This record gives sequence, structure tokens and C-alpha cells, in this order.
Amino acid sequence: MSKEMTIHLKYWKQNGPNDTGHFEEYTLDNVNEHMSFLEMLDVLNEELMLEDKEPVEFDYDCREGICGSCNLVINGQAHGPKQRVAVCQLHMRNYNDGDHVTIEPPRAAAFPVIKDLVVDRSSFDRIIEAGGYVSVKTGSAVEANAIPIEKEKSDAAFDYATCIGCGACVAACPNASASLFTGAKIAHLNKLPQGEVERSNRVVAMVEQMEEEGFGDCSNFAECEAVCPVGISISAIAEMRKDYMKAVVSGE
Amino acid sequence: MKFDSKVPGGPLEEKWDKHLKDINLVSPNNKRKYEIIVVGTGLAGGAAAASFAELGYNVRSFCIQDSARRAHSIAAQGGINAAKNYPNDGDSIWRLFYDTIKGGDYRSRESNVYRLSQVSNEIIDQAVAQGVPFAREYGGNLANRSFGGAQVSRTFYARGQTGQQLLLGAYQAMMRQVHKGNIKYHPRHEMLDVVVIDGQARGIITRDLVSGELCRYEADAVVLATGGYGNVFYLSTNAKNSNVTAAWRAHKRGAAFANPCYVQVHPTCIPVSGDYQSKLTLMSESLRNDGRVWVPKEKEDDRHPNEIPEEERYYYLEERYPAFGNLVPRDVASRNAKMVCDDGLGVGETGLAVYLDFRDAIDRDGKDAISAKYGNLFDMYENITGENPYERPMRIYPAVHYTMGGLWVDYNLETTIPGLYAAGEANFSDHGANRLGASALMQGLSDGYFVLPYTIGDYLAKQEPGKRYGTDHDAFQEAENEAQAQIDKLLNIDGNRTIVDFHRTLGKIVWDKIGIARNEEGLKQAIEEIRELREEFWQNVKVPGEKNNYNKYLEFAGRVADFFELAELMAEDALNREESAGCHLREEYQTDEGEALRNDEEYSYVSAWEYKGLNGKLEETLHKENLEFEFVELKQRSYK
Repeated sequence: MSKEMTIHLKYWKQNGPNDTGHFEEYTLDNVNEHMSFLEMLDVLNEELMLEDKEPVEFDYDCREGICGSCNLVINGQAHGPKQRVAVCQLHMRNYNDGDHVTIEPPRAAAFPVIKDLVVDRSSFDRIIEAGGYVSVKTGSAVEANAIPIEKEKSDAAFDYATCIGCGACVAACPNASASLFTGAKIAHLNKLPQGEVERSNRVVAMVEQMEEEGFGDCSNFAECEAVCPVGISISAIAEMRKDYMKAVVSGE
Repeated sequence: MKFDSKVPGGPLEEKWDKHLKDINLVSPNNKRKYEIIVVGTGLAGGAAAASFAELGYNVRSFCIQDSARRAHSIAAQGGINAAKNYPNDGDSIWRLFYDTIKGGDYRSRESNVYRLSQVSNEIIDQAVAQGVPFAREYGGNLANRSFGGAQVSRTFYARGQTGQQLLLGAYQAMMRQVHKGNIKYHPRHEMLDVVVIDGQARGIITRDLVSGELCRYEADAVVLATGGYGNVFYLSTNAKNSNVTAAWRAHKRGAAFANPCYVQVHPTCIPVSGDYQSKLTLMSESLRNDGRVWVPKEKEDDRHPNEIPEEERYYYLEERYPAFGNLVPRDVASRNAKMVCDDGLGVGETGLAVYLDFRDAIDRDGKDAISAKYGNLFDMYENITGENPYERPMRIYPAVHYTMGGLWVDYNLETTIPGLYAAGEANFSDHGANRLGASALMQGLSDGYFVLPYTIGDYLAKQEPGKRYGTDHDAFQEAENEAQAQIDKLLNIDGNRTIVDFHRTLGKIVWDKIGIARNEEGLKQAIEEIRELREEFWQNVKVPGEKNNYNKYLEFAGRVADFFELAELMAEDALNREESAGCHLREEYQTDEGEALRNDEEYSYVSAWEYKGLNGKLEETLHKENLEFEFVELKQRSYK
């Protein structure tokens, strides 16, 4: 039979970006070990609503770790205690009866709070807008096998391309830097022949946009890699810096 | 209501090319005078928005998520089909077409499916050019695998994240156009109504999900790429926010809804563990390439699966379907899983699961090879269940996954409201009564990249450039008032039951009676139960919070209200279709071997429902679009 637990929750409430915000507390009994963390929050909200209290807002969608919507900071850790999973894939079997759990939004100037645990991550969209693509119009592509790509290179590009855009890297970084997110897209595209033409413009435009959004700089803490739910390597940041330096020095 | 499918004449192979020659073009100077609204940013919507903008149209793109990149296409795992025939194993456009028609149990339009098959190859070219990192061979060429019921290897894939990679390709193409100012981008906006003026779609009403404000947008054409309605079941593999609202509200404005009873149940999902369960997780059916499905031969055999000897295992798919074995189509696999569980042979705590076993594949190929293919799926399974699939068989059970039904569209993907188009899972067009694996990504991208950009031009070319009624037109005002009235009504009920409670109860009715197998009695009961529960919903639902604020439960309340109406139509449609076809199994219509028995004489048609009103019960008129099969011979499907 599955285990049931009592969990003491402390969660962030904030009514819009201009509210100062505060913590509220609630104790949930009968938390099943097989529940996901977000299902536990669903149960919390059901109880709150039946007690005529306001539910806590949090972002979620696919609940299978791929859409990148959920991004809670749990007891100070982005996506909680388990490595290599998004919070929707964190299960309560990772907790013990009587545990105290504090839930906060990712805190970064570039991620203003919308409500409670929901933040505005449109800064990520704008970084991609600045250059996170190959400029190829629909219909203008060459035959798919016309350009062979070494398997190792293609696999490496894939590893960077798996970023889910959740923002845990920003939440975990003492500087609230978006270098891992930005570097991952740059490294994905710059590893491939298709990305080669725009290599220099892409890295410069994306790095500039990242700075403009108010993200901090990278100081090699590597906290981002530690919390990344899909395991993007900080070598992405090295790739980004290398390409950036090349582009700036060569004046391209 | 007129149902002209507008299929061009001539030989099947020439229809699309002929159509492209015949349709009208919009001159480059005029393109910027037209505005197109695209609702939804999945593969179909993202691809369409990017492609329209590249052509020079003004585009507005809307999605309910905080970013276009989060649309549920992102969760597709297995792959995308194309007729490239790279493996030289006998594939062709014809064969992909034929397999899709047959897989859909002859309930789709030949012309649409053939076109899908024709443009499939261009999709792969496009995606590769965008930098989608598909799997490759050591020689540097693209790799292929066989997938869900196909006897050729035509599926392209990016590990278990093909949907993610293709979606990011479309998203990035879209963001490039946002940067250029060709797309105005509205994330966190939900479409609540389509605005029809003089019989044409002229705009939409949205709710800004952050401020709660209702907004009006005018355009020359509207594309709905808003996905499927699987969440009517409450538990499904769909993302939590996936919903039918945009399509359903368009239906209530005059767009016919086709084949709502065709719902695909995916055979390889992680079983339910408890009442708190909020969604089901699918594992790619590519797992069936190497995993063997079985149950113990004896009921209530509670031994550890590894201790059950070979001769006491019932490999029911391999035994019943020797030619296809574990690779039978999804509907056949799902139905058989339910049958063995109904017979008491199911495994796990609930008895609602079967084993998917990799022991033999690991012995044959080694753990590393299996890990390279399925590593992320195995990790996902272990993370959710706490069990290691390298060491003990997975437990799987079917779950609702995809809806073949949707808004009725003609060959141009136009609904019965002129100027309103539907693409991707939101339309009914290509999969008939059952979709083949790796065909959803193909259809979404086909519609978005290679069909709509042409067909919408044909419509726009006939509209006066730059014509505007203004958003203070009565039709906008009325549509906004109605949307506002519904929001106010929901917030004012202040009842005793939560939205989730209602949704879960509705889902259980739909799963039990309009699920894997249906019968007349059950469907009639379902209709009664749905009506009663819907009545109670409108009197007793508890919707928290305010309208002018971020309020996710308010969003959900509106979506559940629409699911309540759709559910009744699904039951009506299933009741009307007195045959079994694809995923629609009517228990009264089966062969002696328990296979779906079609009735081609009487039911070889698309059911297109026209909304007439809602007065305690849903009123809908059935229209029939007869399916003509000129090029393929109808056969009883057999995977024996």
C-alpha cells in the first residue's frame, strides 16, 4: 500500500507585480507518496477553495517535464530536491512525513511576478526573437539529406536543443543570469551547418538582448547546470563566449 | 448548411498540383493590407503564422500559454512520418497515403490524405533547414525507424522529443517574424468567441489572462489551430490547459463539428495510481518496437513478473496478430489491453495494467543499445512509478491521447464559416476514425507550412483589401457581451462543488460510456448523466477569485462548461454511428473475432453536426458528407 504523509506548506502569495507579497502556511494531511508535487498543490487548492480561501496560482501545462511551464523554487532549490526533473515530475515519495516545504517563485528582476508563483518570462521569448533561429523561409529548404552532418555533431546540437525554457537556470544563479538558456540555443544552432551563416550575428544579437532584459552576467557558479531539468551542460556558456569573442574581435 | 468539400477533379496524384494552378494569388503589394489571426501556436498554428508572415501578410498570433513554445505539440515523442523512402524499403507517397486511409478505417477523404502524403517530404526538408536535430546515421544521413503499425521505416525522430524539436523549429521561425514586426504576438490570451459579420469570420474576442480584460481583434481571416478535445475525459495525455473552447465556440457560431466520437486511446501510458491523479503520461509507442506485451495466463497471479515462467505468460498481441504482433495499430492494441483486463488478467494494484517487457530486447541488443533508444522514456517511467524498467517490465494501460474529430473543413481547410479555417488536431480532416503513429506532427506541419499559406490566399484574393468594419461593430459588441455574461455567471454561482470535482465526474462518465467500447444503452445513459451533471454545474459550481485578475480556475470553469456540451455531442455522434470504425467500437457491431465491423453501405460518411441551440439538451442537426472512394478499395482491416 502506498504511504501517506503530513506536509507543512509555506507558499508565496503576491497580488501582482506591485504588491510586496507574503508567505502563507497550510498543513496538508494525507499526501500520497505517488502524487506529483503539482498534484499536491492541486489538492491544496481544492481544500482552500472549499474553505472559501483564495487558491495559490502557479504555472503548469504538460505535467510531463517537457513544456517548461512549471518553475517553482522549493526550499530554495529550483525544481526541488530531485536532480534532472522539472517540478511536475517531482513526486512526493521524495519527502517524509512531517516535512516543512517552502514554495517560492523564481526571483529575478527579468521575471516579474504576475501573481503568487506565476512570473512573466517573456524576456526569454525576446532573446530568441533577437536571433535564435535559422533564417529559412517555408518552401526554400534543400533536400534533407543534401547536407550530411556528423552524428556526433548532430547529437551534441540535440543535447543543447533540449532546453525547455523553464528559467530554473535564472532562478538558481546568484546573478540571475540567463547565460545557460541563451548559450544553449546559440550552441544548438552554431553546431550545425544550417546555423553557420548567421553564427556571428546570432551570438551578438542574443547576448545583447539578454543584457538588455536585465539578466546578470555569468560568474561560473554552475548552479544553473546543477538545477537544469534536462541537464544542459555549462559548456553551452563557453560556446557562447567563444563565439561572442570571435564575432566581436573579427568585427563581423 | 452547405457541405461542399471542394475537392478538385482529376487523378488523385494531380489534384493538389491542379488546385495550386487554379487558385487565386494575392499580389505582393496587397498582402500587407490583409490581416490574419492565428489562434494557437502548436505545430499547425506556429507553422502557419510564420509562413503567412514570410509571405507578407499581417499576422496576429494568440496562445493561452506564457510562450508560444509551450503549445502541447511539444510533448509528442515518437516521430514524424514522411514518404522519403531513404531506407529503400518500398515506401512511396502512395503507400503512405494508403496506410493512412486504411489505418483510418476508410473514414477520411482520399484527396486530403493523398495531399498530406505528398507534402510530407517537404516538411522534413524544412525542419532540417531550420536546424531540427533529427537522429542521424554514422554516415551523416538521417535515420529512420518503423513506428506503430507501419511495415516500412518512414519515421524521422529526434530521440524521444520529436515534437519538442519540431515545435521549437516552428516557434523560432515565428519569433523571427515577431522580431521583424510581421507577427503581433499575444501569449496568455484565450479566445472566447469568433466574430461573424455578414456570414464571414471577421475577428475574435479574447480574454487577456493576466489582466482579465476582454479584447476585440479584427481580421480578414481567422485560423483556429487550437488542438484537440481529449481533456473532455478529464484524465488524458493532453496538457492540463488543452481545451475545446475556441473550436466549440466557433461551432456555436456556425462551424460544423465533424466526427466528435472518433477519439484515439493510446495503448502505452502509465496507469492511474489514485484519485488525485491530474493527467496521464504517455510513453512513446516506439517502445512497442522492442517491448513485448503480456499478462499472466492465470488470474490474480501476484508473483513478481520476472518469476512468471515463459509458458505461463500470455503474449496476447503476438498470439492474436501474428503478422503485426506488438506493432498492431493503436486502437487494436488499446482494445486488447482492455479486453484482457476485463477478463481479470490485468496486473498491478488496480488490475488495470498490462506488462511491456524489455527483457528479451536487452538480452538480444544489450542494455546500452536499449538505453540509447529509449533512455529518456525509461527514466520518465522510473521517476513516476519508482520502478526500474531495465529490471522489471513496465506496467502500461491505454489513455485518451488524440481526437480525430474536430471542426469540419473542406479541401482548403476552411470551415462552414467562410474565412474561418481550422488546422492540425482542431480539424477532422486527415485521420478518419483512427490516426497512425507519427502522423499528427506530419498533419500539423502540413496544414501550417504547406496547405494554408496557399488556400488562405485564394480566399483573401476574393476579399476587398483593407476592408474594416471596426471593432465597435455590433457583432463585436454582442460577442464580447456574451463572453462577459458567461464569466459573470460562473463567478456568481458560488456553489459547493469545485470545478475539478465536476470535471473529474464528467470525465468518468465519458471514459466509461464513450470510451474504448460503446453500446446503445450506455450512450443513452451517458447523455442523461451528462445533462444532469451539466445542470448541477450551472447551479453548484464554485469558481474562486476575480474576473479582472489572473485566475486560472476561472479559465478552467469556462473550458469545463464547453466540455459539458461537447460530451453530449460525442455521445449523440457515437449513438448515430451504428457501426464500428477505427477507434469507434460499438459492441453491437463486431466480427466473431471481436474486430471492428464497419458498415460501408450506410455509414461511409463524415458526420458533420450543426449547432441549433442548448435548452436543457443540446440541439444539433446531422449533415452527411459522403466519402467517395475512387482510388482505393475498401477492405475489412485485418492485422492478423
